[in-house]
Amino acid sequence: MMIGRGTLMEFAFTAEQEQFREIVGRFLTDKSPTTAVRRLMDTEEGYERQVWQQLCGELGLAGLHIPEAYGGSGFGPVELGVAMEEQGRALLCAPYLGSAVMAGYAILLGASEDQKQKLLPPIATGSKIASLAVTERSGFWSETDVNLAATPEGGGYRLSGQKRFVLNGGEADLMVVVGRTAAGLSLFAVESGADGVSASPAPAMDPTRKIADVIFDNVPAVLLGEEGKAPLEDIYNAVLIAFANEMIGGAQALLTSAIDYAKLRVQFGRAIGSFQAIKHRCADLLVQVELAKSTAYQAAQTLAAGEDATVAASMAKAAASECYLHAAKECIQFHGGIGFTWENDTHLWFKRAKSSEVFLGTPKQHRERLLAAMGV
Amino acid sequence: MIMDTDLQSLRQEVKAWLADNWDPQRSLMDWRIKLVESGWGAPDWPEEFYGKNLPPAAVNAIAEEFAAAGAVGSAQSGVRFLASATLLEHGNDDQKRTYLRRILTGEDAWCQLFSEPGSGSDLAGATTRADRKGDHWIINGQKVWNTSAHHADYGLLVARTDWDQPKHKGLTYFIIDMRQPGVEVRQLKQMNGHASFNEVFFTDAKVTDDQLVGTLNDGWQVAVTTLAYERRSFARIRTVTADRHGDGPIYAEYAKEVEIANEPYTWYPQRAGRVDLVVERAQETGAIDDPAIRQEIAKLLTLNQSAQWYGARLREAQKAGTTRGPEGSISKIAASNIARLASDVHTSITDIDAMLTGPQSPRDGIIAEILVSVPAVSIAGGTDEIQRNIISERLLDMPKEPRFDTGPFKDVKRN
Ligand SMILES: Cc1cc2nc3c(=O)[nH]c(=O)nc-3n(C[C@H](O)[C@H](O)[C@H](O)COP(=O)(O)OP(=O)(O)OC[C@H]3O[C@@H](n4cnc5c(N)ncnc54)[C@H](O)[C@@H]3O)c2cc1C
Repeated sequence: MMIGRGTLMEFAFTAEQEQFREIVGRFLTDKSPTTAVRRLMDTEEGYERQVWQQLCGELGLAGLHIPEAYGGSGFGPVELGVAMEEQGRALLCAPYLGSAVMAGYAILLGASEDQKQKLLPPIATGSKIASLAVTERSGFWSETDVNLAATPEGGGYRLSGQKRFVLNGGEADLMVVVGRTAAGLSLFAVESGADGVSASPAPAMDPTRKIADVIFDNVPAVLLGEEGKAPLEDIYNAVLIAFANEMIGGAQALLTSAIDYAKLRVQFGRAIGSFQAIKHRCADLLVQVELAKSTAYQAAQTLAAGEDATVAASMAKAAASECYLHAAKECIQFHGGIGFTWENDTHLWFKRAKSSEVFLGTPKQHRERLLAAMGV
Repeated sequence: MIMDTDLQSLRQEVKAWLADNWDPQRSLMDWRIKLVESGWGAPDWPEEFYGKNLPPAAVNAIAEEFAAAGAVGSAQSGVRFLASATLLEHGNDDQKRTYLRRILTGEDAWCQLFSEPGSGSDLAGATTRADRKGDHWIINGQKVWNTSAHHADYGLLVARTDWDQPKHKGLTYFIIDMRQPGVEVRQLKQMNGHASFNEVFFTDAKVTDDQLVGTLNDGWQVAVTTLAYERRSFARIRTVTADRHGDGPIYAEYAKEVEIANEPYTWYPQRAGRVDLVVERAQETGAIDDPAIRQEIAKLLTLNQSAQWYGARLREAQKAGTTRGPEGSISKIAASNIARLASDVHTSITDIDAMLTGPQSPRDGIIAEILVSVPAVSIAGGTDEIQRNIISERLLDMPKEPRFDTGPFKDVKRN
């Protein structure tokens, strides 16, 4: 069983991509220190407008994967992966995953040409925040889990039902909603102020990301693309791959922190990193991080090559989320008592890792998905 | 081994005593004094110190009779338990008389002042100093992660009294009065939002000579006793439940006492993983039908059950005197494994709702609290790594790690 040619390719980042990583990395180190993360996670909006504008403007990050024809810069999943990895490392508080990645990909892959021309530019420039509402019951996207009803009326549609765990659902100017019509699953665009929409923030374990429950009560909506033809799986793959790259960035940050501390902390007259009990676990963690990175990078490469990325995407999601959480647990453990405090920063990543484990499907669900895609 | 017939007559005796004495109209203090004087409040303690010198099986039977009568017991929860166990083993008669009684009555609360910023696992690396001044001791330095210190009247303190000796030989164990000007307690917030542990600062705090436990510079031996009790009973000692209800003012007083005592520990059941909730939760979410999750649940229940059975075997072996001492480390590692697996299983069961927290999240936030509290289990009371060192070196007699800290303490490398 071939997973797609992408997995057989040799892969290295180009010099330009490495340079891009450095620029993004430097920007985020500067703009997203944990003092900023802590300040923003306590706000309702959850991000800083000025930093968001710079991120989208100067760095052009929100439109990275969006073609130039729609106001973006026309790079692909690999560059998007780089941007995500750096954001994960810096634990950036921003509507990037929800707006640029999730809603951006949904429109890019599912809307008509006219709609893309109209809707994508403000997302690419960051002047509008969009969100993508799929989940109703499980975090794992599946055809059968979508029950929000869309009924034709006049020239448009009316949506009724409920969506949960909508990333940036509370702040979004525009919501892309997956609903069910007689023809099947379809994408719809809903303006934030539309009659009958009510979004309420859901108290999140990871306060660095804002999620909302959204209720739709006969809400006017515009069909995106063709009825019954929402390319849910393609959107899912693209989103999962970007998300996996974010997670490995977080895992790397935790690994670095764990190792730095193990070298610094002295007990029994020696650095704790000199105990094999710790040293070997650092080595194991590096192995896991490198393997997870490989799945995330390769999945981005597969998508960039235009191949079916289902297997690679689900592998990357499962591997990256398990690696991320494991890195977080180890990092706390190596820190001892201080690792369990609020004051120490490790818990910020731990909570991101813990909620990333179940967001967009658990590792178990993705392992089933990848086997199914392989025909096993 | 205690015979069944003995237990039967013991139960009769307790019943009769309770029938004559238990009265929910009394004040809690009144009743506790009765308990202390009769020995029924600490039946496994020596007869000369408020006990009846009875074996564990008898203690359980007595506890059951108390429960059946709705009678409130003595105050032995939390660090009070560690303090009394340590004093019973190492305290002198004066200390036992002074402190044990007020532990049982609930008048005094205690905390453990072992860990320091620079010495946690390496407890014997403590740098809080005790200097002799006239007929007493002056304490300077800092402790950290001290659970419940914000409620405590007394602390179990390990401080350095000789800097020229190797580190284990220069420590002394003291009882310190927490209610004095030289002791400052600051609460520390944890990653789960609670603030049950503290930093404790000593600035010329005073300890009297008769508060020295054991012998000068031999505090390490005493500390080891405290730690052994802590490990052995890690899963049990912390919380008490206000499980006594009924008419009478004593129940209200008791509920208040339990509430204060439990305040730092409300999240402890969650940190242990709440195995008790797993099956119910799987049933209520439908996860019980998922074969992969069923496997995880069965594995967790097996692990949990085997740890309980191990605990029972261990208690018998301790009674029979066939243990080597550090077996509590096995229980403690088991507790970590259980908690970690339980956290994973709860996550599988809870699916995406595991992203939520607070009163509107599953089980009033209890599930979320499990997920952010479990990381403490493998750190508190001695880390998993330290337990593994103990198991391998002291139970399996494996070669010891080379040491770099055996010279005079003042020359040992530290943070
Ligand atoms: C919830 C909670 C409650 C607590 N309550 C109390 C209390 O009431 N009183 C009190 O005195 N303390 C208390 N503690 C402190 C606890 O005992 C210490 O945190 C613990 O012993 C670890 O010490 P440390 O934090 O200094 O970590 P460190 O000792 O610095 O350890 C850091 C890491 O190094 C590892 N390590 C250290 N030495 C070795 C070695 N030789 N071999 C291999 N690995 C090693 C550790 O396992 C850990 O992973 C509490 C802690 C917590 C989390």
